[in-house]
Amino acid sequence: MSETAPQPKTAAANPPVQPIGSNLLPSDVVRISATKDVPQPTRQLEKVAKLIDVSKCIGCKACQSACIEWNDTKPEVEENVGVYENPHDLTPNMFTLMRFTEWVNPETDNLEWLIRKDGCMHCEDPGCLKACPAPGAIVQYSNGIVDFIHENCIGCGYCVTGCPFDIPRISKVDHKSYKCTLCSDRVAVGQGPACAKACPTQAIVFGTKEDMIAHANERVEDLKSRGYANAGIYDPAGVGGTHVFYVLHHADKPSIYDGLPDEPRISPVVEGWKGVTKTAGLAVMGVAAVGAAIHGIFARANKVDAHEEQEAEKLVRSANDGENV
Amino acid sequence: MARPIYAEPGDRIESVKPVTVSRYRGFIRANHWITALSLILLLVSGLAFFHPSLYFLTGLFGGGQNARWLHPIIGVVLFVSFMVMFIQLWRLNLPTPDDKAWLSQIGDVVKGNEENLPELGKYNAGQKFIFWGMTLLIVVLIVTGVMIWEQFFGELVTIPTRRIAVLTHALAAVAIILVFILHVYAAFWTRGTLRAMTRGTVTGGWAYRHHRKWLRELAGRRTRGPAE
Repeated sequence: MSETAPQPKTAAANPPVQPIGSNLLPSDVVRISATKDVPQPTRQLEKVAKLIDVSKCIGCKACQSACIEWNDTKPEVEENVGVYENPHDLTPNMFTLMRFTEWVNPETDNLEWLIRKDGCMHCEDPGCLKACPAPGAIVQYSNGIVDFIHENCIGCGYCVTGCPFDIPRISKVDHKSYKCTLCSDRVAVGQGPACAKACPTQAIVFGTKEDMIAHANERVEDLKSRGYANAGIYDPAGVGGTHVFYVLHHADKPSIYDGLPDEPRISPVVEGWKGVTKTAGLAVMGVAAVGAAIHGIFARANKVDAHEEQEAEKLVRSANDGENV
Repeated sequence: MARPIYAEPGDRIESVKPVTVSRYRGFIRANHWITALSLILLLVSGLAFFHPSLYFLTGLFGGGQNARWLHPIIGVVLFVSFMVMFIQLWRLNLPTPDDKAWLSQIGDVVKGNEENLPELGKYNAGQKFIFWGMTLLIVVLIVTGVMIWEQFFGELVTIPTRRIAVLTHALAAVAIILVFILHVYAAFWTRGTLRAMTRGTVTGGWAYRHHRKWLRELAGRRTRGPAE
């Protein structure tokens, strides 16, 4: 293991045959859940991205198969209920899912079959990480990958609450949260994600974010020249951009792609919960507890005096005497 | 015998010289301490999830995973236990005209000038505030708590609802901790109160000073007892 892996620029490259050292290290982490003042890395990895061009997707699910194979997950075999989604939803064992929508374009009256590969978007500003209460359960690397560190996960489901895209799923077996890792374990050794590698039409491609944006722009140009006037990139600014992003032929209406959020952002409710509530709440409770303790020790107590004990005795006796007379 | 107005049927004067008054039977005392223990465990585990600087408190439960599954179960225990207590306590915690007078003289309350205050039944307005505050907050906490109980109710509500539930749960938790601090503080500050929940009795002087109507009623009732 003399050499460390290069940073991957494509998913197409084959792995080297000689052993190679990881190039995605704990020291490359820029954000850690429930942890303030993370020491910033000395190097900045090149930002990576996975581009999903929905206009090229044929819905073959090779990406799902590759994902299952690489991550060694075993999604349950479910009932066929007459839809193409298989499984029916993302699960703790299925990190990516082809979602199919039959959409009638009101302008052309054509039926369009929209297929979107769903999964973690690897937000630049990750809601899951913001919501997570367990230190070190969610990390973000300087190349943009957001990863769950399962040994620190407590299974509370706060990441589900924080995520603007409804991605994390909590396992009923080990009570830990699962989602796409952007194949961080492959990227660490210079490889692209398994789904991108398996995609037969290159609807999924991987590389530096810069390269992917350039490629996406070409794709948008091409689509526009073919009559998709509203073709565009879905790289939502509300979450600071994402490291998994789409080329959509109808980028003006993301929600037609099975509910892709039009303007995703971390919910203000979550921001309020993890912001002012957390800070002010702790302060108020602390002041109240300390204040009560100090006041309790130093202030004059409310004491019963001997006179009152006698009065009580008189009161009880007189009631008795009243009866006896 | 007619139902007493200011006292519970079980309250009675236990001895005359010195006067001791039975305020809480063994059942409600056990009931109270189960509730209290649950509240403290919930407070400790909940604070660990609330603020990263307190996450170390999960260590008391054997780690984050254990704290995560225990917290809601203890919550159910507290809810049931509190409801049993509620049934026993709600009647004498209903507001009365005396409460208004008591509240308007809150300055005398704080200064401990109780001779200026009206004579009171078994509870003053402050105690009633704690009772109803706890009741309301516990209901809010159990309802929102179930909504965010990932292990068994992960699918119960939509994610936007869940966000509101988790925020409400946190706010209600802060509020109940403040009520809890007030409750504990008042019990210590008003000397002679704690024994009502430990031994079950208070001194005659305590009853005379803080809850004279309650004492008068018990004294009056005592004389009509059959076995005097």
